Amino acid sequence: MTEPAAVFEHVDKWFGQLHVLQDINLSVGRGERIVICGPFGSGKSTLIRCLNGLEPHQRGRIVVNGIELTDDRRAVDRIRRQVGMVFQQFNLFPHLTVLENCTLAPMAVRKLPRAEAEQLAMDYLARVRIPDKAHSYPGQLSGGQQQRVAIARALCMQPEIMLFDEPTSALDPEMIKEVLDVMVELAGSGMTMLCVTHEMGFAREVADRIVFMDGGRIVEDTATAAFFEAPQTERARQFLGQILAH
Amino acid sequence: MPRPLTNHRPPFWRRPQLRAWLLQALLLAAVLGGIAYLFDNALANLARQGIASGFGFWNERAGFGIDVSLIAYDASSSYGRAFLVGLLNTLLLSALGIVFATLLGFVIGVARLSSNWLIRQWAAVYIEIIRNVPLLLQIFFWYFAVLRPLPQPREAIELFGLAFLSNRGLVVPRPLLEPGFGWLLAALAAGLIGCLLLRGLLRRRAPGLRRWPWMLALLLGPAALVLLITGLPLGWELPEFQRFNFRGGLTLTPEFVALLVALATYTAAFIAEIVRAGIQSVGRGQREAAYSLGLPPALTLRKVILPQAMRVIVPPLTNQYLNLTKNSSLAAAIAYPDLVSVFAGTVLNQTGQAVEVIGVTMAVYLTISLAIAAAMNLYNRRVALVER
Amino acid sequence: MAMPRQSTPLAWLRANLFSSPLNTLLTLLGLWLLWLVVPPLLQWAWLAADFVGTSRADCRSGGACWVFVREHLPQFLYGFYPAGERWRVNLGIGLLLVLALPLLVPRLRQFRRGWVLALLAYPFVAGWLFYGGLGLPVVPTARWGGLFLTLVIAGSGMAAALPLGILLALGRRSELPVVRAVCTVFIELWRGVPLITVLFMASVMLPLFMPAGVSLDKLLRALIGVAMFAGAYMAEVIRGGLQGVPAGQVEAARALGLSYWQQMRLVVLPQALTMVIPGIVNVFIALFKDTSLVLIIGLFDLLGIVQAAVTSPDWLGFTREGYLFAAAVFWVICYGMSRISRRLERRLDTTADRQQEMA
Repeated sequence: MTEPAAVFEHVDKWFGQLHVLQDINLSVGRGERIVICGPFGSGKSTLIRCLNGLEPHQRGRIVVNGIELTDDRRAVDRIRRQVGMVFQQFNLFPHLTVLENCTLAPMAVRKLPRAEAEQLAMDYLARVRIPDKAHSYPGQLSGGQQQRVAIARALCMQPEIMLFDEPTSALDPEMIKEVLDVMVELAGSGMTMLCVTHEMGFAREVADRIVFMDGGRIVEDTATAAFFEAPQTERARQFLGQILAH
Repeated sequence: MPRPLTNHRPPFWRRPQLRAWLLQALLLAAVLGGIAYLFDNALANLARQGIASGFGFWNERAGFGIDVSLIAYDASSSYGRAFLVGLLNTLLLSALGIVFATLLGFVIGVARLSSNWLIRQWAAVYIEIIRNVPLLLQIFFWYFAVLRPLPQPREAIELFGLAFLSNRGLVVPRPLLEPGFGWLLAALAAGLIGCLLLRGLLRRRAPGLRRWPWMLALLLGPAALVLLITGLPLGWELPEFQRFNFRGGLTLTPEFVALLVALATYTAAFIAEIVRAGIQSVGRGQREAAYSLGLPPALTLRKVILPQAMRVIVPPLTNQYLNLTKNSSLAAAIAYPDLVSVFAGTVLNQTGQAVEVIGVTMAVYLTISLAIAAAMNLYNRRVALVER
Repeated sequence: MAMPRQSTPLAWLRANLFSSPLNTLLTLLGLWLLWLVVPPLLQWAWLAADFVGTSRADCRSGGACWVFVREHLPQFLYGFYPAGERWRVNLGIGLLLVLALPLLVPRLRQFRRGWVLALLAYPFVAGWLFYGGLGLPVVPTARWGGLFLTLVIAGSGMAAALPLGILLALGRRSELPVVRAVCTVFIELWRGVPLITVLFMASVMLPLFMPAGVSLDKLLRALIGVAMFAGAYMAEVIRGGLQGVPAGQVEAARALGLSYWQQMRLVVLPQALTMVIPGIVNVFIALFKDTSLVLIIGLFDLLGIVQAAVTSPDWLGFTREGYLFAAAVFWVICYGMSRISRRLERRLDTTADRQQEMA
């Protein structure tokens, strides 16, 4: 069996006195698409933010692509180059054009020459169906367009794992579809994805596994079909009932 | 314009447009009338006191000395020249103050955000103490409590063997400009102009090229050439102690030093807060996005945080520069000959022509304020974030 | 569940002070600065200082001579106000503090109307108490000085700046071109010149503009100058607040049939003013510090009186004690104001950043 893309082993995290992650054990295989869901405050965002070192964990091991995530600055940098992240608030750099947003990291971190970086960026912008906006500024784009640019920007670093932190929660309903379409296409291309989201339709279509969290613990971790048809825990049943009710 | 539905036109005191014009006409009349009344009184009072009007005094003999002056001046120079001396002193003090205040302010502002707790606290203490004590008090402190009680020149404090601090001021070596210096300046100026031109050219023709090595070469090349030919056209006159005081060198009076130190440290505290607020104004998400892309912290600061922070920092920063320039007028309190002290002080006392003198003084400061405000607006327009 | 190790003092030291070689160097720098400043300061100001005595001769130890401050304290506080009438000053200031109480204790809401009336009446009551007339002996303004004078100048400056600033700000945003022009010129004029020239103008030029025979009290001239100056700065702060009120508010008010002044008074100004409370307090703090400039035109505020004391022949050489005392008084008041501002700011802060932190 090939090495997993990412592993959480007995990971605990505290925010002050609040125990936000409790004994997390999770293994992410290569090419797996995992959707993490759960009620507000269950720790799902914190979980994926620990994966690329945005949040430190106090106990346990996190290993990404064979590299262990520790205090060591070099390990963190290496991991971040292989893990891409898309945020709920897009977080595009407003003072740079769309193209510059995408080429900044490849040129500065991977030391790509400008021509190559721009070609790469245009390819990915075309993939997220927004190549015509390359020289616009983020402030001129709609929410959905900005999020697609954010996905392209993360992809330009050619990561092995993509993290999505509620990517559609800040969007108007009309724009959610355009972003989800891009994510579906990305999943189809074989990218390892960890996605925190409430979009259960997307989860059902794309995910291999559903991880359900509550109160800082992983309550259920099963294959998608099994989760939707026969959730094993009462908590998951409750959650599904509320989410799918409307 | 379509005819109103009813034929009934309201009485004129209810028609909004007419009312507006009426109101404005009344206001204008009141303002102009008020000004005319005040001026009328002023002319009458001035005539009664036998004080002249107009700017005839500008070319009259001043009859007083000024001990700090950038240009040649003595008691037989005109009032106009005294004005110039005061103006230059103000500009010199302000320019130096701005430079030192900016340097100090940025250092303390960044220190305020340091990960080292002790440094952070020191920066906070500095800011909170300096900001809440009046500038005049700080000037008095530096002048009366620190510089005046210094020892006599004979027992002056020595700094690195080159400068001497005593109660007569700070004496530093004086740069002597030898004949080739003009050429050096010209070469530097030419290099600077060439740089600006080249920058625009390169940006359009070769966008991917790393510009700064070429720019550096162009800036320093001509100057280096001049240096090779003429050698360094700069001499130094070192101060020497003879009998009661130092001879030679450049003397910075205690008034000047006290003012400069007070202005710089005071304004630096405000600049530090502006820098801190600017850096913190860049949302956390920006930093996280940069980190997630793999950018190390130093690069993040340079390429993502600082460009956005500067937008927020520059407007209040120029405001502080303006404040510093206006605050330099406090020189009058310790008799440093700045514009207010010389012109609105001595000249006013001697000629009695309050209206002209104070009017000119206020006009000078107003011009400086408006110039800085205009420059600021230009900058804002250039760096505004492009939005829908 | 047990807390991880990070909360121990040792771990804190490691993280905050010694986390890297550079950090360790900085910590050493910080400690060295501490060692340089604190022990000599303590020694001079406390351990070796003279606290008891009545004259210069009692200051022999070489430390700080706090006797100097104690001897001059009444002068520093009241200026040259006659000793027997000082109760009037105390009463006036005390009344002000009582009036200010509702700002800090929000629960006294129901007395609002009475409070506003009291606030409007205060200047007259205080003026009568301080100056005299109508049964109280007159104390000419030339005898007012010290902290009392500072409070008078700052207080009247603040009281005048707020309404003046509101009018100017509204005027500057007016659609009537003449009104707009007059207000803009007024604001930019006062903001573009140093306060010193304003004070010179007030003290030297104002008498020229008065008809023959009318002479304005020197303090009054200074108050007018300060009020104009502070009003212009206040106008800019309030203008920022007015710009921050969404246009929809005015539209809604107009749709309800409110007149212009009703719109301003009931809808726009309450929102605008709350928005810029920090800015308003900043203007107040700057104003308070700027009152020290009146010593240049011959009024003896706190700094002026201290300066006179340290340069008087009997007590030469105690500049440090005098300035430190004055600095301490100013610092306490200004820092206090900024803390109040920060507390108000925090209470009214409902920005989106807070909500994002919780997710």
